[in-house]
Amino acid sequence: MAKIVTMTSGKGGVGKTTSSAAFGTGLALRGFKTCIIDFDVGLRNLDLIMGCERRVVFDFVNVINGEAKLSQALIKDKRVENLYILPTSQTRDKDALSKEGVEKILDELKKEFDYIVCDSPAGIEKGAQMALYFADEAIIVTNPEVSSVRDSDRILGVIQAKSRRAEQGLEPVKEHLLLTRYDLERVEKGEMLKVDDVLEILAIPLLGIIPESPAVLKASNVGMPVVLDDKSAAGQAYADAVARFLGEKVEHRFMKPEKKGFFDRLLRRSA
Amino acid sequence: MSLFDIFRRKDPAPAAQAKERLQIVLAHERGDRNSPEFLPQLQKELLAVIKKYVPIDDDKVAIKLERESGCSVLEVNVELPVGKARAAAAAAAGKPAAAN
Repeated sequence: MAKIVTMTSGKGGVGKTTSSAAFGTGLALRGFKTCIIDFDVGLRNLDLIMGCERRVVFDFVNVINGEAKLSQALIKDKRVENLYILPTSQTRDKDALSKEGVEKILDELKKEFDYIVCDSPAGIEKGAQMALYFADEAIIVTNPEVSSVRDSDRILGVIQAKSRRAEQGLEPVKEHLLLTRYDLERVEKGEMLKVDDVLEILAIPLLGIIPESPAVLKASNVGMPVVLDDKSAAGQAYADAVARFLGEKVEHRFMKPEKKGFFDRLLRRSA
Repeated sequence: MSLFDIFRRKDPAPAAQAKERLQIVLAHERGDRNSPEFLPQLQKELLAVIKKYVPIDDDKVAIKLERESGCSVLEVNVELPVGKARAAAAAAAGKPAAAN
């Protein structure tokens, strides 16, 4: 049975698209047929992060309006088997997505795919609600920072009240926390919220901690999902998160600093 | 922590402040989120009814719906002005108000 997983956050710029690309690619690497859909109508970006921006011919809205077939709009990834991208439209019409239209496409995708990853736009308005309405599971992307944590709490409220599962009294949407841009050094100095703090406040299970890493920007520059950079800490962290999502027991890394030698510590002073 | 941190002045860590502020603001926002949508209207209408009998300020009525296991409690708090409250109580009892 296909599963719909929505990547959401409330706040913008916390790493939803980066995470959608990495997480979806990670699922495909594990052999699951996966489709990543860009729900951010008007602000198409998943194509750039996935490196397929020059292959977009038809989009999500074209398919909803019956101007193209789903198979014409789906872009097959050239690096990873089983991975497809459904780009969004650049239209400014914010009512381009209708619940019925989205449902029809998701139903069609469900027949063919194991996982459908929905990359939500920021905010808690219609676009974000559309991305989470049909979700079976939701991954809340949060930065260890006050406004992001607050907005995550808001979006959790929206999931619990306005998703299809909530409206129809089905089993609730399964929630996961993905803590991104985590900087252990700053946490150690007491400058940044600890993972335990965020968990205590949001009270949802932790899927993964993605450390702040130069690899994320580098990967986006070249249009490669960062999970494919398996030498980078961020790439490994996404692969771990995918494994946990699939039910494997993987210990969280990046929670404690690497052991430093005596001289390192003495010389660190106020670094 | 390094050797030199010992001599530094200790402020509460910024992260600790962030956590505390978040806990306070979210406790408040979660309360608002769970209250039914009719509550503000109910508050307005209750206020109008009470005003017919006792002159009170708009901000002197607080209304809260609390859910406990098994039952919900609708709590309405009306703060009456001191003199007026006595007058209202007396009027309700059918006696002339005591001079203040």
